Formats: sequence, structure tokens, C-alpha cells
Amino acid sequence: MIEGFTALYIFMLAAFTGYEVIARVPVILHTPLMSGSNFVHGIVLVGAMVAMGHAETGLEKAIGFLGVMLAAGNAVGGYVVTERMLEMFKTSKGKNK
Amino acid sequence: MNSLIQLSYFAAAVLFILGLKRMSSPVTARGGILWAGAGMVVATLVTFLWPDMHNYAWMTLALVIGGGLAWYTGKKVAMTDMPQMIAIYNGMGGGAAAAIAAVELLRGDFHAPTFQVLAVAGALIGSVAFSGSMIAFAKLQGLINRSLVFSGQQLINLAVFAAALVFGFLLMTADLPAGINILLFFTLALLFGVLMTLPIGGADMPVVISLYNALTGLAVAFEGFVLGNAAMIIAGTVVGSAGTLLTQLMAKAMNRSLGNVLFSGFGSGGTSEGEAAEQGEMKEIDATDAAVMMAYADTVIVVPGYGMAVAQAQHKIWEFVQLLENRGVTVKFAIHPVAGRMPGHMNVLLAEAGVPYDKIFDLEEINNEFEKADVALVIGANDVVNPVARSNPESPIYGMPILNADKAKNVICVKRGKGKGFSGIENALFFLDNTRMLYGSGEAVAGKLIAEVKQL
Repeated sequence: MIEGFTALYIFMLAAFTGYEVIARVPVILHTPLMSGSNFVHGIVLVGAMVAMGHAETGLEKAIGFLGVMLAAGNAVGGYVVTERMLEMFKTSKGKNK
Repeated sequence: MNSLIQLSYFAAAVLFILGLKRMSSPVTARGGILWAGAGMVVATLVTFLWPDMHNYAWMTLALVIGGGLAWYTGKKVAMTDMPQMIAIYNGMGGGAAAAIAAVELLRGDFHAPTFQVLAVAGALIGSVAFSGSMIAFAKLQGLINRSLVFSGQQLINLAVFAAALVFGFLLMTADLPAGINILLFFTLALLFGVLMTLPIGGADMPVVISLYNALTGLAVAFEGFVLGNAAMIIAGTVVGSAGTLLTQLMAKAMNRSLGNVLFSGFGSGGTSEGEAAEQGEMKEIDATDAAVMMAYADTVIVVPGYGMAVAQAQHKIWEFVQLLENRGVTVKFAIHPVAGRMPGHMNVLLAEAGVPYDKIFDLEEINNEFEKADVALVIGANDVVNPVARSNPESPIYGMPILNADKAKNVICVKRGKGKGFSGIENALFFLDNTRMLYGSGEAVAGKLIAEVKQL
């Protein structure tokens, strides 16, 4: 368990990281970046899996199932559309990396 | 086993941050999503090793169904529909966070009261992001056309929100039977997301989607605290803050404050009284003359708008631009921050047609170059080139940064017909002395221009 002030510090540092990481993003990447960050919170999948793995009653299992399904959709869908968008960005020299 | 899991989550968190960092530069963006993707795969696989878990068969089935559907739809969706697709996937994430909270609240064994508070907060935020994103999707997809605005709306929204808070609070003190209480709480939270999003107009949707994206991140972080999952805490918080910044950037680009977007329907402030009825004549030009004008120009700046993308004209336009370049004309694309449905959406649409991103320029980068340009070709754009935003304080778009297409020596506006644009605001650009109107659908016009240039 991550508790008390440790949790607060992690929260604070991660918040600053998020802000700094995209602070200088050019407008042309706003849409892909929004999509990319949408993919990153697809990590909710691991939480949904753990919640479902520990579910006991039928109701808990059903909600857990729904959670895993939604989270998988977030992660996979987020990846596919971001990848499709970024794939298209190239310079006139045809370089793509 | 436990340290392997923790180590993998740590690696995933690092990969997410590095991936996002790479995604914020066009040169490395493509690699960025691969890095983040690798992190996700590692984290997901290792979660199967989590101690004391069961329900593996159903879990795998849920993974396959959710992942499979998203894969299929994600591969199929057209680039123009990207914003609503992101809204859907984002909503699913919010829903998943809410589902985690529901399971944990039903099980009810929290290590400390703090975690219970965080679970409820995450559930509330996640539910709002879920139902709100679904409404945003429906609006952008055209399933809901009208903005629902009625008097006392904000009071009702506030009441629903307050009621959700009350039941959330009761959940923690647990005087009511947990099941009913949880059901009421989630119903109210979902309802609030719907009510909050309904009055917001389609044009403001990008800001709202971005906001829900940030909210989902926050909900994921909160549930991460509840589950003691560092990867969720870090990834969720990073997205929460990055998403908040992105939302502010978008709102700023549209010259609207976030509060303004959320709490007032677009244009409900009454259309401008001071709108001059008639500002002169619109002067027409035919494709032949337009093609000649651009073929013999030194510099041409293309200002594309969403209308171009809807007509799927970007491929033809790019072909036309390449013909001009072969004749020695310098051509640049000028993109307004809100061209398309989201900031950056137009860049994606142009990239799809094969336009290299070093020919595409932001508002700040290019606005001073219009004065030196021989021709500004405005295709499918309207409000973002309307000089009224600079000159007429009465106009609803006054103060919005615009592309100074009117400063070019000649302006050619490609337009379907003579009516007003999406927002219903008369465009003063069309009546200027140096403006010529080229009527027709984007794709047909582009086709004609190509044919004409080839004949020269």
C-alpha cells in the first residue's frame, strides 16, 4: 500500500511531470497527443483486472467484467487511433522516425 | 513474484512518460506511441501474475471482447471522425474507473477511510467522464443535433450534483443498505455527466472531450490509490495534469474560458445586433482565372477548414499544390488552432493526404506572411478568417485570433454557396475588394483547378 504523504508526493511529482512533458507541444500535435494521453490512462485496465480478480459475488463479477471490457476498449482503441494518426506524420524528405 | 510485478509497473510508468514526451515533438512522435504501447503490454501481462486472483476465464473474455471491438472500430474510423472516437475510448476509461470503484465499494474492505473517500471521488469523476463523453460522441456524430438549453438548467444540474455528493457521503457512513445507495449514487453521477454535456454546442466539444480526458486520468489515479497500484497513480496523474494543460490551450485558442464553455451554450448570448446588413458585393471568379492567378504567383498560402475535410478535398488540394510547386510557386498551409474539430485535427487530415508537416504553419508562425503573399486560397474555412473578429466589438467572435488572409494581395474563397457559415456569422472577408469567390464543392473545385493548371 502506498499511503499518506508518500502518496501525496507521488501525486504532486506526477502532476508536474505531466505538465512539463507537454508544455512545449506544437499545435499540430494537439490531437494526436490528446489521443496518446487517452491511451495512457488505459492503464486503468490493470486495475480493472485486479478488481475483477478479487470479485466474489455475482454482482461484483459482472461489474468487474464490464470494467475490464471498457478498460480494454480504452487501451486498445486509444493505441490504434493514435498510431494511425502519428503514422502519417512525415517531412517532405520522407523521413519518418 | 511481487517484485517482478512492481518492477514491471515501474517500467511501464517510465515508458508512459517517455512516450508522452516523444509524442510532443513531430520528429519522435511515432516512436512515442510505440514506447507507451510497450509499457501497456508489459503492465497488462504481468497483472495476470497478481497473487490470489481468480475469474481468469471471464477476465480474458472481457479483454478479448473490449479489445477486439476497439481494434476493429479504431482501424475503420475515418480521420474526420477521429474526435468522437477519442471521446468514446476516453469514456470507456472513465467507465472502467467507475466500475473498479463500484467493485471496491461493494466489497467494502478499505485499509483506511482516506481510500474510501478516494474511491467515491474517483467513481464520481469517472462516471461523469463516461456519460459526458458518450453525449459528446453523440453530438459530434450528429446523433444529437440541438443543444438542450432551458431555464433553471444550471440549478437542476447543481441539484443533481449535490444529490450525487450526498449519496457519495452516505456511502462512506454506510447507514443505508450499500447496494441501493451505490445504485443511486452511480445513477446520479451518470445523470450529471449527461446534463452537464447536453447544453454545450458542437463547436465547443473538443474542449469538453479534452476536459473529460483529463478527468478520466484523475479518476484512474484515484482508483490507483485505492488499489495501491503505482502505475495507475502515475499514469493517471500525468494524464490528468497534461490533459488539463491541453484543455486550457484549446480553450485559449478558441478565445473562450473554460467556464464560458461549460456554463453557457454557444451563441445563447444573442446574435450580434451591430451586424451590418450588407457590406458590399461578393465577386465571383471562375476556376480558369483562379488557376492562372495562382500558377503565376510567387507565394500562395492555403487556408484549409473543416469544410475541405468533409468534402474529402485534401488529396486533390495537395495534388494541386504539388503542381504549383513544380512551376516554382512557394506554397504554404496556414492552420488555425481550431481548424477541424480539434486543435491539430486539420494537421492530421492534411498528413493523411500526404502533406509534409514542414509545409504546415501555425497562426503565429504565418500571420505576418500574408501581407507578402500573392494569393490566399481559403477553402472550407470561414470564421477563422473573418476580419470582423479584429474590427467589430459587437460580433460574437470578436477577439478570437484569426488568420489574416484578408491581408494577402488576392484572396480566393472556395465556398459551396452564398449562405452563412456554420456559426451563422456573416463573413466580412467575402465582401472585400481583393476577394474573389469560387463557388462549388471543395473536391470539384480542386479537380477543376488541377485540370486548368495542367493545361497551362
